[in-house]
Amino acid sequence: MIPAIFRVEERNEEFAGTVTLRIRGEAREVPTEFNPGQFNMLYAFGTGEIPISMSGSPADGNGYIHTIRSHGFVSRALADLRVGDAVGVRGPFGRGWPLDQAAGKEVLVIAGGLGMAPLRSLIYRLLSGTPEVSRLRVLYGARRPQEMLFLTELEYWSRRMELILSVDHAEGEWPGHIGVITGPLDKAEIDPDNTIAFLCGPEVMMRFCIQVLTAKALPESAIFLSMERNMKCATGHCGHCQWGPNFICKNGPVFCYEGIRRWFDIRAL
Amino acid sequence: MQEFVLQAEHLEVLIQVVRSEGFQLMGPVVRNGAITYDEISTASDLPRGWGDEQEKGYYRVSRNDSGAYFAYAVGVGSWKQFLQLPRRKVWEAHKKDDAMDILEVLDEVPARAFLGVRSCDLHAIAIQDRVFAEGQYRNENYARRRQNILLIAVNCTTPAATCFCTVMNTGPKVTTPTDLTMTEVIDHKEHYFVIRSESQRGREILKQLPLSSLEERHSLAEEQALQAAVQKMQEGPRKFDSAGVKELLYRNYDSPVWDQVAERCLSCANCTMACPTCFCSTVEDTTDLTGEHAERWERWDSCFTGDFSYISGGSVRASTRSRYRQWMTHKLATWHDQFDTSGCVGCGRCITWCPVGIDLTEEVQRIQQLDKTL
Ligand code: SF4
Ligand code: SF4
Repeated sequence: MIPAIFRVEERNEEFAGTVTLRIRGEAREVPTEFNPGQFNMLYAFGTGEIPISMSGSPADGNGYIHTIRSHGFVSRALADLRVGDAVGVRGPFGRGWPLDQAAGKEVLVIAGGLGMAPLRSLIYRLLSGTPEVSRLRVLYGARRPQEMLFLTELEYWSRRMELILSVDHAEGEWPGHIGVITGPLDKAEIDPDNTIAFLCGPEVMMRFCIQVLTAKALPESAIFLSMERNMKCATGHCGHCQWGPNFICKNGPVFCYEGIRRWFDIRAL
Repeated sequence: MQEFVLQAEHLEVLIQVVRSEGFQLMGPVVRNGAITYDEISTASDLPRGWGDEQEKGYYRVSRNDSGAYFAYAVGVGSWKQFLQLPRRKVWEAHKKDDAMDILEVLDEVPARAFLGVRSCDLHAIAIQDRVFAEGQYRNENYARRRQNILLIAVNCTTPAATCFCTVMNTGPKVTTPTDLTMTEVIDHKEHYFVIRSESQRGREILKQLPLSSLEERHSLAEEQALQAAVQKMQEGPRKFDSAGVKELLYRNYDSPVWDQVAERCLSCANCTMACPTCFCSTVEDTTDLTGEHAERWERWDSCFTGDFSYISGGSVRASTRSRYRQWMTHKLATWHDQFDTSGCVGCGRCITWCPVGIDLTEEVQRIQQLDKTL
């Protein structure tokens, strides 16, 4: 499978080392539909290819939006792309968030750091009203206020959803919570029969949040999380993203906690 | 199915008929002190009079005076090297100013025949078919290579000490689809092959061979040879109950056996390179000096390497313990859930080619024993 050529149309630096790119297919007929939670393989010329989830609106139809943090060769090359530069795209891959299961429910979105990227796609979708949900709460934790993604937009949306922000450290004025995200999560009242939770962030953070959720009697079948592993092909052939019996690329990246709990509990799997 | 007898002196006719049908014939040859697979142009290329001795971390070819062509078990390397290439160029990319294009590399795929495929290796090929050609995505490079292979299997009558196909239900007798299946028999002064066609292409080839009819004494001698092979394996040490092994390993992610094996394992990846079903690969992207031409190459990779599981922050499987556990649990347990088959065919290559003599059948038995005592 060969990447399609896309071009950077917009580049926005979120904070140092993290950028959001809007890319559009060079051949206009390249379809760019996707389900929130899915990812593309982005190819930086001569450097390599990495999986990056879509962070834009699935209804956009105007190319893809990806948020990239530079921490390796390939992500750095991608983050360094300028408007007008070409980028290779294969995708979309994987299973996204189970939207059908959110219908009518109280939705709890829990994001940590860059984990907000695939969850923003979900929020776009839920705010668009399909499926209709009875309540939307977003808990977002990051290291510091400057490292919060999409803050202006999230705050703008907070008229239509409940937004709870939390940072590990803050200097100066910060209206949100300070400390780990499990603090505000612990305080949130949860109707265990009518809530569905979507999590994306560092594994430790998801682990602690799941503990809080299950302690509040939320069933494991109502918890969904997005996993990350090394990935070379995204088509289930390279073997890198294996996680127990699962291939993150094709069985995930979004999993129902109930189905993967035993694997989630094994270290260095 | 048609079955006949082909006298050993006519093996050359079979080889030339296959070649004249336009196939490049690959088969066993002795090279660098080992039996390996390479192109065959005449019967004298075959390892006639050679056998192999295999044990944990031990391999020697040895002369025998039987005059048999196929008196070895399995070769170094496997047919995998012709289907999932060890290294191949995937695409070429060009960039000039801000224009980029990417061209898929589709190389010529020769029509090939494999001669001397063992039953375990037929199973291994079928397993790789599931991985690469029968899932949600097709690996075109593999599928194109695999498509037209003419399979000429040879039943195994000379298993090595490392073989355990009887445990994995993959041999020694061929039971999966082939084009031709043969059994080499040396009985008193007679030396012949029982040969069966299993496909239309196989029948077309049989038509062109000097065959005689299969008599009862031939079938009997064949049956005896196969029975002896089964018996040899059953009397050996490599036995475990493969039926319950998936659940066993799923229960034993915390077994102390993983710590013990990690003390010996070098994380050298030999076992994964030798294994006929191991399919992992990685990619390398390069550019030339002008920075305008880039290439992507795919090559075999191994779950024993450090960067195999690297994600930002480090390797998920940083320890040898976690890597060996991943490898063996994948082979014998998770593979079942992924592809509805075992990932191990009992060929014994990983045992032979492990420099420190780690034997997965021993490790399974160790885990089994501890599992029972707990
Ligand atoms: S795991 Fe070992 S015995 Fe099993 S198929 Fe692979 S190389 Fe052969
Ligand atoms: S088990 Fe043996 S062959 Fe495999 S990585 Fe360890 S030392 Fe190498």
